[in-house]
Amino acid sequence: MTDLSVLLGPISALVLAPLIPGIINRTKAVVAGRTGQSLLQLYADLLRLFRKGAVYSRTTSWVFKAGPVAGLSCMAVSLAMLPLGGVPGAMAFTGDLIVMVYLMGLSRFFTAAAAMDTGSAFEGMGASREVQFSVLAEPALLVGLAAVALAAGPAGLFDAGPVVNGFRSLSEIYHQLTLSVWANDGAILLLAAAALFIVALTENCRIPVDDPNTHLELTMIHEVMVLDHSGPDFGMILYAAALKLWFFLALLSGLLIPVRSENLWINGISTIIGIFFLAVGVGLVESVMARLRLLRIPQLLAGALSLSALALVLVLWG
Amino acid sequence: MKIVIEALIVLLILTNLKLIASSRLSACIRVVAVQGVLLGLMPLIAGQEALTLRIAALSGLTMLLKGVVFPWLLLKTLRSANVRREIEPFVGYAASLMIGAGLLFLAIWMSRQLPMPFAVTSPLIMPLAFFTMMIGLFAVISRRKAITQVLGYLVMENGIYAFGLVFAQHEPLLVELGILLDAFMAVFVMGITIFHINREFDHIDADRLSALKG
Repeated sequence: MTDLSVLLGPISALVLAPLIPGIINRTKAVVAGRTGQSLLQLYADLLRLFRKGAVYSRTTSWVFKAGPVAGLSCMAVSLAMLPLGGVPGAMAFTGDLIVMVYLMGLSRFFTAAAAMDTGSAFEGMGASREVQFSVLAEPALLVGLAAVALAAGPAGLFDAGPVVNGFRSLSEIYHQLTLSVWANDGAILLLAAAALFIVALTENCRIPVDDPNTHLELTMIHEVMVLDHSGPDFGMILYAAALKLWFFLALLSGLLIPVRSENLWINGISTIIGIFFLAVGVGLVESVMARLRLLRIPQLLAGALSLSALALVLVLWG
Repeated sequence: MKIVIEALIVLLILTNLKLIASSRLSACIRVVAVQGVLLGLMPLIAGQEALTLRIAALSGLTMLLKGVVFPWLLLKTLRSANVRREIEPFVGYAASLMIGAGLLFLAIWMSRQLPMPFAVTSPLIMPLAFFTMMIGLFAVISRRKAITQVLGYLVMENGIYAFGLVFAQHEPLLVELGILLDAFMAVFVMGITIFHINREFDHIDADRLSALKG
């Protein structure tokens, strides 16, 4: 039972992740009064792309080909450590949340390097923007998770040996986020969740930061870096992007839905339902908000950082 | 009870951060109004003893003055001065937020250096008071428009009020009323001054006052 349920997180992520962009698009379409594309559109797109061949420019090197592969594999490895609410991740060890955040950094590095390898000025601009915003998003994510870890209380249950308070595996931290933690430190968890939501929108290039539908080179951030990829490479990029969206929504959903019953299946499935609701929420945010001016984005991210700093301060000295 | 007080304190800290992060002057005025109302609610909720007429009158008067009268006066001045935004602050908004986070750490460190002579309702009230005072001072020195500087002064006064809350049971009513009256007179006079500065010079950029020659 326990052995099987460990696989629930990674398998549900790999299977269900392409559904999330579909849900977001459907929400936007319904709000705008359109019918919208099929919920399974991304699956069809991925199938189509993986059947195609890739075209490589003569000016690119192996770095360009490594970008999509490294991006997808980094996401797959970090999904193995991701807890699904109360269900522990397939791999859980002390400090895995830091490894996860830096795996994201590694995948970002490879995507940016592949973009610069093409020698296109547009792609270099996109890479510069992506890296600039992640400088502010990364500390907000880490500090927010640290606040959650400290709020969840000292190490317990499936703890292997003495561990410094707060620096444990993410699975264990999430396992201890019960309803009583919410009753005691609800304000702290809400602040951290708000910061995580902003970071999730930034990292996944959703609307207040970047518009995933635009193809105007001057405004896009993430899309501009992958303009030259084609066929299976582009398929891998799209799939990795869907996995990343799933990853952040699962982090948020596990934080916001404190279902920690004895039955791991109930925990996991309630978290997955939470992920779907969060996807609808992202769609609603995209429907009611306009894209921010590029100059305002660092301010938004500084806001996220100060929200998580506030959460950390409250949990340390509150 | 504890969670209500903590939620109030977190909201107050967020209003402070919002004040230094927003460039629209009318939004700043509303934030300070919300802060005043939240501060007025504090003694009703955080009081350790039974609710007395004195505390009820104090918080009612605070909410009326800070939540209604000051914002009304300032919004009226804003309309007559015909400015909407803080265009070029001395410190940018993202940098202001970072400095705000730093000030929060400083405020908490400071309040931990000061032992309390008696039990306080929440250990976060003292940091909140210091933080609010610092944010007020920061708004005064980092912004160009005279209205934002008045808001900074008001927020600083809010911080002093929050500091007084810790001692609400030990402080005579007369002192509180005196402080409120002072703040009221100050905002009143500053409103009139801004109106006249604007009529004379067509702008309310306070930094350009230093270039005046007698």
